[in-house]
Amino acid sequence: MIEHLPVLQIIVPMIAAPLCVLLRRRLLVLGFAILACWITFGLSVALLDQVLTNGVVRYEMGGWAAPWGIEYRVDLLSAFVLLLVSGIGAIVLTFAPRSLSDEVPVSRHYLFCSVYLLCLTGLLGIAITGDLFNVFVFLEISALSSYALIAMGGRRQALPAAFQYLVMGTIGATFILIGIGLMYMMTGTLNMEDMATRLAAVDGVRTGLVAFGFFTVGVALKMALFPLHVWLPNAYTYAPSVVTAFLAATATKVSVYILLRFVFGVFGVEFAFERLGLTTILLPLSLAGIVVASTVAIYQRNIKRMLAYSSVAQIGYMVLGISFATATGLTAGIVHLFNHALIKGGLFMAMGCVMLRLKSVDIDDMAGIGRKMPFTMAAWAVGGLGLIGVPVTAGFISKWYLIRGALELNWWPVAVLVLLSSLLALVYVWRVIETAFFKEPSERAQTATEAPLSMLIPTWVLIGASIFFGLMTSRSAGIAQQAAEALLRGSP
Amino acid sequence: MSPATSIQLALALPLLGAVAIAVLRRRPDLREAATMATGGALFGAVASLLPHVMAGGRPSLSLFELFPGIPIAFVVEPLGMLFALVASGLWIVTSIYSIGYMRAHEEENQTRYYISFAVSIFGAIGVALSGNMLTLFLFYEVLTLSTYPLVSHHGTEKAMKGARTYLSILLSTSVGLLLLAVAWTWVIAGTLDFTDGGILAGKAEGPILVILLALYAFGTGKAALMPFHRWLPAAMVAPTPVSALLHAVAVVKAGVFTVLKVIIYIFGLDLLGTTGASVWLMYVAGFTIIVSSLIAMQQDNLKRRLAYSTISQLSYIVLGAALATTAGIIGGGMHIAMHAFGKITLFFCAGAIYVATHKTEISDMRGLGRAMPITMIAFLIGALSVIGVPPLGGSWSKWYLALGALEADQLLFVAVLMVSSLLNIAYLIPIPIRAFFSAPADGSAYPAFKEAPMFCVVALSFTAMGCVALFFYADDVYRLLVPLAGG
Repeated sequence: MIEHLPVLQIIVPMIAAPLCVLLRRRLLVLGFAILACWITFGLSVALLDQVLTNGVVRYEMGGWAAPWGIEYRVDLLSAFVLLLVSGIGAIVLTFAPRSLSDEVPVSRHYLFCSVYLLCLTGLLGIAITGDLFNVFVFLEISALSSYALIAMGGRRQALPAAFQYLVMGTIGATFILIGIGLMYMMTGTLNMEDMATRLAAVDGVRTGLVAFGFFTVGVALKMALFPLHVWLPNAYTYAPSVVTAFLAATATKVSVYILLRFVFGVFGVEFAFERLGLTTILLPLSLAGIVVASTVAIYQRNIKRMLAYSSVAQIGYMVLGISFATATGLTAGIVHLFNHALIKGGLFMAMGCVMLRLKSVDIDDMAGIGRKMPFTMAAWAVGGLGLIGVPVTAGFISKWYLIRGALELNWWPVAVLVLLSSLLALVYVWRVIETAFFKEPSERAQTATEAPLSMLIPTWVLIGASIFFGLMTSRSAGIAQQAAEALLRGSP
Repeated sequence: MSPATSIQLALALPLLGAVAIAVLRRRPDLREAATMATGGALFGAVASLLPHVMAGGRPSLSLFELFPGIPIAFVVEPLGMLFALVASGLWIVTSIYSIGYMRAHEEENQTRYYISFAVSIFGAIGVALSGNMLTLFLFYEVLTLSTYPLVSHHGTEKAMKGARTYLSILLSTSVGLLLLAVAWTWVIAGTLDFTDGGILAGKAEGPILVILLALYAFGTGKAALMPFHRWLPAAMVAPTPVSALLHAVAVVKAGVFTVLKVIIYIFGLDLLGTTGASVWLMYVAGFTIIVSSLIAMQQDNLKRRLAYSTISQLSYIVLGAALATTAGIIGGGMHIAMHAFGKITLFFCAGAIYVATHKTEISDMRGLGRAMPITMIAFLIGALSVIGVPPLGGSWSKWYLALGALEADQLLFVAVLMVSSLLNIAYLIPIPIRAFFSAPADGSAYPAFKEAPMFCVVALSFTAMGCVALFFYADDVYRLLVPLAGG
């Protein structure tokens, strides 16, 4: 059993998805899907444990040996991302039932669960596979199912938002596919490890550069790197609260993982950064993204949209760390991937609670709800402090590594800009805290009551985790650092 | 009780107190009893550390590593000992005062108020006992955030605006400058532990030292060096007990305490003495001393006048630190305690006047001495101590500061201290004098005797007597602080 862990990680949610359609009865399906998610999470914990004790875990699909067959390859970075995605998946779905019955027609709940599990399968598959074409397949599984998830939002704007995402996402996927095709043409293999060794033989061929370009742009689109982020705010704003919480905490993070895997694992640091100068592209884009998106966030009245812009800025922080191409910078990028998932997941779940009670996420309607929904808004406030990067929250840990990384390179202006940008976050976060806690209740807030425990507990689990990992960093930053060092050593 | 246990208790008690206050929110009497009990126990825990420190020990406690090589750690050294004693001791007095003030005023949200107060004290104690710069930074931010609900307490538009200024200046300086300084220190020195003689010697020199010191000095917004002082007058919208304990003692002293710690244990007196990297800071502090005194003279609102006076007095301590001489450091350290007692007395009086007569403007306080003799005598004592007149505590710290300036051959700053004392007289003394010897401006007469509630009067009398007592026990404070500079 233990040697089949990698494949079980994917099989469990994948089989569970169609079973949801067969079960059909709402409560049965929800219970079953939640159970499947938690089993998946348990498997990823076991997998991480195995990787930590034994090193890289390999699994040959159907017994076909590596470069020919599809290989699942779990190293520390994969296991870390698997744990994150499956953990968020389980917590968000546990949170979901009450919120769903408010935002998605009851007759579609079994379909929702099915598609949700498919999306989870896709995201997990990306993180686990060692085969580049397989990455594309899983990427499409997750993308197609996420379009469907977003479109389930009751409001009409959800449809154009999903369509916009579909168009942009497909362009991104096509770019990625072209990149993969060119790589295959050059090296004759799809196994990433194998590809990395064979690239040396075709060193300097222009096709490699083109492939690199297509792939990187495609991934940048998928992870909403500024200025390719335009699909994200609408998608996050109009999707059902549950979907926003799930996608915001996982989808873009997995895209960052693909970038790491491809740039460091396949092409290697030397090619990407020393010869191609990837830093000169990623650094200005991420800085611009941080500043512009944070500033735009300040002016949003819809708080879900505000958080969506904040996500674009936070992606900027992750890519900024990656662009340093040093151990500290990469650690910052990876640990922020993890920390931000917890913080943003928690924040969007709190917004789900607000949506349930207020039927609105507009800042004017949120006036005074701190008094009516103290536990929800306290969670929001703690999460907001995490976005700013106040000490004792996980956000501070990320910021610390990021600044340290910049200072080690003597990049003064970057360090200063990172710090100043957290003041922008202060502005958009504090606007909400002040409105919610210190203003007189709005008309809608008058009648609001605290959210049900079934939603509060999962929200606080994530928010609590963001505090826990703000203090105990050996399991987050510690693993991120090991993963970063492995990436820099060039082992894919 | 082992010293490590005392440290744990000193940190845990305020938090436990906050929980107890929250639980007892429907029973005001028990709730205030919880505050008092916590205050007493906290002071006991802190005081139990004193014999160890007096004997030259440095009790310590390390919790866990936040980053590889940087633990959350606590070390009790003389300066932190003094600050912790002052903060925890005056918390008890302020709690007594709060009961009188908040109830007489029928303030809303009293539970939130007492909880935030307890958490602020947790932050201040953490700052005082922290053993490295990162730990200090964490608690510094706890203190900033936990005092925000106290400043915005009234919830009015004016209070919100003041609180916004408060938070934005304090957070932007600490996040924008102080955090940068801390991270930079780590990259340069590879450690953030507070170490005798500093950690930067031989690792940084020339302009880097000056820039780093500037990041620290201005980044510590709580020290209220100009031009980052505006948050302090803005914070005066808070209820007066908050202004008294937090914005005359805990918060602002946490600021200058940080500056002192950085100069003693991060830079080291020798390094600053030989390189002269801190000379510019003397000028900034001197400028702040004089200019804010001048501004104080023009304020008619009593609390605002006191706030500007605090800004000026805080820079005394920064000046003492920047002098980087034995006497300067001792004078600066001493002034933490001396100014705390003097200024808290003045704020208590301002609050008592407000509770009893609802007057906030100085020009309305003529002739008040007949109605509130105890309050006004206490005000006079506090004012004289802040000015530095014997036999009051404030005279000693000024003496050592002047001595420090002489030691450093900075005669200009001896003059600054003298001029400042004259300015202090000019803006503080007329208040009690007119209260006793002039008649109300509008010709009306005050009732014969109308003091503030008993709790308020007890508290302000106690701190006024403290000012006198500190004059006679200054020797003990001196003996506590001497190891700082002796090295």
